[in-house]
Amino acid sequence: MASNAAAAPAPVGRAAPLAGRALGRGLVAGYLTLIVLIPLAALTWRSLEHGKGSFWDAVSQPEAVAALKLTVVASLVVAAINAVVGTAIAWVLVRDSFVGKGVVNSVIDLPFALPTIVAGLVLLTLYGPDSPLGINIAFTRTAIVFALLFVTLPFVVRAVQPVLLELDREMEEAAESLGARPLAVFRRIVFPNLLPAILSGVALAFARAIGEFGSLVLISGNLPYKTEVSSVYIFGRIQSQDPGAAAAMSVVLLLISLAILLLIGAFRHWRVKHAR
Amino acid sequence: MRVIWIGSAIATAAAATAALAIFGGAAASAAPQASNSVALVAYSTPKDAYTKIISAFNGTSAGKGVSFTQSYGASADQAAAVAAGQPADVVALSLKPDISTLVAKGIVAKNWQKTRYQAMVSDSIAVFIVRDGNPKHIHTWADLLKPGIQVITPNPISSGGARWDIMAAYGAQLKLGKTKKQAVAYLRKLFTHVPVLPTSAREALTTFASGKGDVLLDYENDAIFANKKGVHTDFVRPKQTILIENPVALTKSGAKKPAAKAFVKYLTTPAAQRIFAQNGYRPVVKKILKQTAYPNPKQLFTIAYVGGWAKVEKQFFGPKNGIVTKIISSLGK
Amino acid sequence: MLARYALRFGVLGYLAFLLLVPVGMIFYRTFEHGFWPAWHAVTTPAARHALWLTILIAAITVACNTVFGVALAHWLVRGRSRGRGLVNAIIDLPLALSPVVVGLSLVFLYGTGGWFGGLADHGIKILFALPAMVLATIFVTIPFVVREVVPVLREIGTEQEQAAETLGASGFQVFRRVTLPAIRWGVAYGVVLTLARAIGEFGAVSVVSGRIEGQTQTMTLFVSAQYENFDYVGAYAAAVVLALIAFAAVVVMKVFRPKEGAGY
Repeated sequence: MASNAAAAPAPVGRAAPLAGRALGRGLVAGYLTLIVLIPLAALTWRSLEHGKGSFWDAVSQPEAVAALKLTVVASLVVAAINAVVGTAIAWVLVRDSFVGKGVVNSVIDLPFALPTIVAGLVLLTLYGPDSPLGINIAFTRTAIVFALLFVTLPFVVRAVQPVLLELDREMEEAAESLGARPLAVFRRIVFPNLLPAILSGVALAFARAIGEFGSLVLISGNLPYKTEVSSVYIFGRIQSQDPGAAAAMSVVLLLISLAILLLIGAFRHWRVKHAR
Repeated sequence: MRVIWIGSAIATAAAATAALAIFGGAAASAAPQASNSVALVAYSTPKDAYTKIISAFNGTSAGKGVSFTQSYGASADQAAAVAAGQPADVVALSLKPDISTLVAKGIVAKNWQKTRYQAMVSDSIAVFIVRDGNPKHIHTWADLLKPGIQVITPNPISSGGARWDIMAAYGAQLKLGKTKKQAVAYLRKLFTHVPVLPTSAREALTTFASGKGDVLLDYENDAIFANKKGVHTDFVRPKQTILIENPVALTKSGAKKPAAKAFVKYLTTPAAQRIFAQNGYRPVVKKILKQTAYPNPKQLFTIAYVGGWAKVEKQFFGPKNGIVTKIISSLGK
Repeated sequence: MLARYALRFGVLGYLAFLLLVPVGMIFYRTFEHGFWPAWHAVTTPAARHALWLTILIAAITVACNTVFGVALAHWLVRGRSRGRGLVNAIIDLPLALSPVVVGLSLVFLYGTGGWFGGLADHGIKILFALPAMVLATIFVTIPFVVREVVPVLREIGTEQEQAAETLGASGFQVFRRVTLPAIRWGVAYGVVLTLARAIGEFGAVSVVSGRIEGQTQTMTLFVSAQYENFDYVGAYAAAVVLALIAFAAVVVMKVFRPKEGAGY
């Protein structure tokens, strides 16, 4: 473990930074509370407006449970695919070089910038009944995964890229000069350094996939028990004047996300502990 | 030390944001307050019509110099926004229940329908949108249940406007002499022909235009508008269908503005009614309707024929026990 | 070697189907009838106001979330207090909320009868005006800068910062001259992601904006309005404008990078 800076002679004026640190923490906490926690509290309040009984009632409706299962499974699949493909894309964008690489790098974020209506429209035109490419996957569960892959594309890629760029190549080069094969070098030297970033991106991708609505709603078909995801079910509850049920399902999605995110955090913690 | 720097940077950013926000907020709210400014909140389909009507209104003596802010969106969403405090003087929505929610909140007066045309300004009817040339020969409600026919309809749970289509189907069965039980059985069978559930009318049309389905349940004004804008479809007017009536109401704040009252009055004048007709709607003023080329379905009925909106909303679309709610809920089971 | 080409073509194939062909389709649909119809569609007064509003909201969002994101990332990685684990998990939650629900939470808070509903009565407009739109956009983009900077901060380790401290640098100097340059790529990509997501936000902003034409209509709301009206050229053209902004952001970021190989 790296030694503590406290061992060095303390420079003049150490008291001020401590106060400053407290001020900074306070402001960060304040920002977080105002922007995130209060709206989440309002949502939770709404979901419990008519008591715990109605909360449980809302989230145990068979249609709600089916939508939840589909959403969570699809999001996990998408997160897993992104972990592998996103890393590969980041690798190619950083380590490889070919004509047009700059252009490809610059369009990775487009799924974020494009309004979900347009994304949905285009995906439906390209991969729907009248597909010019002959690929018709619209209104199936495959379409859900496809649309989710589209909107979560930038997450793992952009999380891994900066780490790859900062990576110290010395160990890789040393291993290679000692005769290690590229796959082994990647597995034992590069990958452990990338894992925190990959997990960061995966967590974001999973969270986004769970809540995605706009790009899914056109291409998925929204059939209860078959292709209806939670966000569409929640939208239906809102439109039928049942905001309490909508809030309740949203809280359940949040809790599931929280659980997955804590798991990922714990996994990373465990790996760090066992790596040293 | 670095944290003090960061902290003060945050404080500056936050202060700047707050300042900009309040400044921006104050600026944005300045417009509708002026008494010669009318805030129109409407559903999305009649946007073209209202744009033209506002121009025409500005040309009259009552409307001279009146400025408008216009907001268009899904009918239920607009009602919810006004209920949450969005400034509105005139609300023009797709169906009466959306205005009823505003009455319940005290934003629209209880007697809003005590006008000559019961506060309706435009009509339409439920129709079948089919592929160019109607290759599957769909003409009647019974044709929808032919084997292999796929029917697209917006989800009536998430789209208030789609409820017109479902009640058209139900009422048509009653007109054909079926009992209420048989009519409900028809609805059940109809939904077995529904492969996808788009969440809005526009999405349903996009889905149909992408090649899915053989027939789309929609309104006449939407079909006409789509054709006008280059979407290649035909439509069929079934013999039995419902009269879709779109209401307009003054809010309590609008009732205090002479300009808003004059505008609402203008909507049922021949000039405005003709503009509605040019945009695919049926005029509510019978005289103007006669001058148009709209054919009258032989067995046209209104929402009153099937019980009126208050009863229908509860019986068919109630969130837990509505007949249609339950049918849709078990669609994919 | 074979592996390198296989990887490259696998990645490009995936990107082609998922991203490049759809984006190409958008450009095609925009310019299907020529350049000028598309140009006219996005230079109407309503479109120009929408673009200005989008950029304004995005600028505020990026500024706030960058400062906050770097500060939070620093605390999460270098700090020592408890509760970091929970904050670490909470920070991603905004993404898990469906955009309509985000909008509704804000309406619930700031609307008539809401917890802060009284503000409107005192003339402080939050909902159906710029403030709510900024709040919604900040909400949905809050984790990006943090998540980009945290792995980089962990990766670079504390040795150089500690070395600088023992050489007598103050905390601020350490941050400015050692930490900040090292996390520069993380911050840059975080900014790019935040900007792209901010200009593309639709659902939440639609609910809290009131959709007032010429006043609270962002580019995404403009796209929606054109789509409702069957003006597909207008909708696609506006989407192209947004795509170009996102594209330009990455290009600008690349332009400011140091020469390859410089640094430590």
